[in-house]
Amino acid sequence: MKVVILGGTRGMGRSLGRLCAERGDEIFLLGIGQDDLQKSATDFEQRGGGTRKVGWAECDMERPETFEAALDAADAALGGFDTVVVTAGLFGTQERLEEDLAFTQRLLYVNFANTVLFCEHARRRLLSRGGGTLCAFSSVAGDRARKPVVLYGASKAGLSAYLEGLDHKFRSQGLRTITIKPGFVKTSMTEGLKPPPFAGEPDGVAREVLRAILKGTPVRYTPFMWTFVMLVIRWLPRFVMRRIGF
Amino acid sequence: MSLASRARQDQRPGLSGWGRTYLPGVERRSEDLARDSVGKHLSRGLGRSYGDSSLLAKGDQVALGTTLADRILGFDEATGVLRVEAGLCLAELNRLFLPRLWFTPVTPGTKFVTIGGMVASDVHGKNHHVNGTFGRHVRSLLLRTGSGELVECSREHETELFLATLGGMGLTGHILEVSVQLEKIPSPWIYTESYRIDSLDEMLARLKSDGEKWPMTVAWCDTVAGGKKMGRGILYVGRWATADEAPRGLPKGRPTITMPFSLPSGLLNRFTIGIFNSLVYGSHFQKVKKGFVDPDKYFYPLDSIQHWNRGYGKRGVTQHQSIIPNESGATGLRAMIETLADAGTASFLSVVKDCGEEGDGLLSFPKPGMSLALDLPIRDDSQQVIDRLNATVIEHGGRVYLTKDGMTRPADYAAMDPRVPEFLRVRKKYDPEGQLRSAQSRRLFGE
Repeated sequence: MKVVILGGTRGMGRSLGRLCAERGDEIFLLGIGQDDLQKSATDFEQRGGGTRKVGWAECDMERPETFEAALDAADAALGGFDTVVVTAGLFGTQERLEEDLAFTQRLLYVNFANTVLFCEHARRRLLSRGGGTLCAFSSVAGDRARKPVVLYGASKAGLSAYLEGLDHKFRSQGLRTITIKPGFVKTSMTEGLKPPPFAGEPDGVAREVLRAILKGTPVRYTPFMWTFVMLVIRWLPRFVMRRIGF
Repeated sequence: MSLASRARQDQRPGLSGWGRTYLPGVERRSEDLARDSVGKHLSRGLGRSYGDSSLLAKGDQVALGTTLADRILGFDEATGVLRVEAGLCLAELNRLFLPRLWFTPVTPGTKFVTIGGMVASDVHGKNHHVNGTFGRHVRSLLLRTGSGELVECSREHETELFLATLGGMGLTGHILEVSVQLEKIPSPWIYTESYRIDSLDEMLARLKSDGEKWPMTVAWCDTVAGGKKMGRGILYVGRWATADEAPRGLPKGRPTITMPFSLPSGLLNRFTIGIFNSLVYGSHFQKVKKGFVDPDKYFYPLDSIQHWNRGYGKRGVTQHQSIIPNESGATGLRAMIETLADAGTASFLSVVKDCGEEGDGLLSFPKPGMSLALDLPIRDDSQQVIDRLNATVIEHGGRVYLTKDGMTRPADYAAMDPRVPEFLRVRKKYDPEGQLRSAQSRRLFGE
């Protein structure tokens, strides 16, 4: 694969990038913080055996004007990428978001509007060369509205809906859209929260995501157990959802 | 699951070392140690030290967990110098670099440690008589000191801080990044020979004489058998196999099993351990065995059983590892083995190793002499047993290894190690307000 990873310096994106590096994929890294990007690029290079260069460019999800140039840099370095992975996003607990509306605004922009814009840029490029794979990280929180994730969940619900539509519309033209819906994963994003049952580790999640990318699976819950957890939660009647606290 | 996450501890409330003694506190893991070390009192890696080295001093609540900060920041194929974030697990380093024929110059007896932890403990291994401790090969360190500064230190720059950090148990600063010189190896296989040895005297003599021929030596000892059989055991020697004699390809890696639950405390006692020791000794019925083995099997035999510390039950285990100077090595070791018999306890795995030159780390454990490591199931009288063992250590001018220790009394430790005041002086210089501390430092140094 010639893969562009947005958000590969941390968490699940980092684990996925390492798997790709060890497989021998060509990688280009997008994100914020030059120092951090350089460190992660070196990490991927060394895990790939030290022979393949890993390039990077700054791409800030809060500044959509950076998207075009970042993808230009990726295209130039990889000679035309065929896979784009988007793992960047913001997270905040419901309490924090309710209190801090400025942060809520940032989160809604980053997780929904700007992620969609980035995907639109990537989609055009991939379609212009006959297709490819666009893999974006949404969340199980977008499947049903729940009390602890009203705002975060709403941003992810919007993203999931967009990604589903993209897949319906463009799969026949060769663009495979893959929606990843992680359950609780023990990354630095969730550090300090109490892990529920079936919490996953980023490395395990990355393996499942890579399999989904290679197979073209349209929707992938991960860790796998969450497929069944969410099957139940999606069918819970509304009056039940209103009563339960999770 | 990743290697590092598999190696993490059971999640009971509080924090514990490998010996399973729990103290209050939580761990917050971070990918950005430079940011999250601010205001923290202690960093911890995989929690493989046995006692209270990685546990919080009373009243402190949050330890910085380093295991998510595990990036490789640079490697120079020409010189072999590697730069990593402190939370990188040694198992991961081995997995990535063994195929490229580079290996850590010094490895402890488990690969489930972080590189930062290897610096903080200044670990040693089977090649100590040749390669010294890990610290000898460390080129530079990036630290967040107790006063909050980021300092890059080495033998040339901020020397005092650097040397106090090698073996300094994380008390001189949060270790954020490590540069270390890797060793080029001729093949990814170990050639090993093992000998059945009938007595302690012969074992100690063989460790010395074989140490001159072999770069790696270590001995397992039966510390339950008495009389003439005392200290009988198996001597393992080895070296990296040369390219032309080594088996083809890479070692496949070994299957691991997991100890699924805690065994009842007390199941491992002098009687059962005696049987186990006789079986181990008896199973080496040939006088000598030779062959090529996977480095994992050679360096980390116990890593094949995940959570093997659960075998000691909920009460757990303490380890007593001491070094006795060569002049009185045999007497000292014999006295300690007799102490165990006298107290009616026993060590499940007892390891003897002859150590070479002392490292330049200020609190580095090994010095020329014989090291004896005893795994002791915790019982009501453990403190007394440790005190008696320590009395022997002091009498013979030896010292104990802080990484294994959870019970040594402050006066005993001070009597063993005259370097402590100098260490405390350097620590104070970079941390005048005493921000960095652990349960162990509180116990031994009062701060």
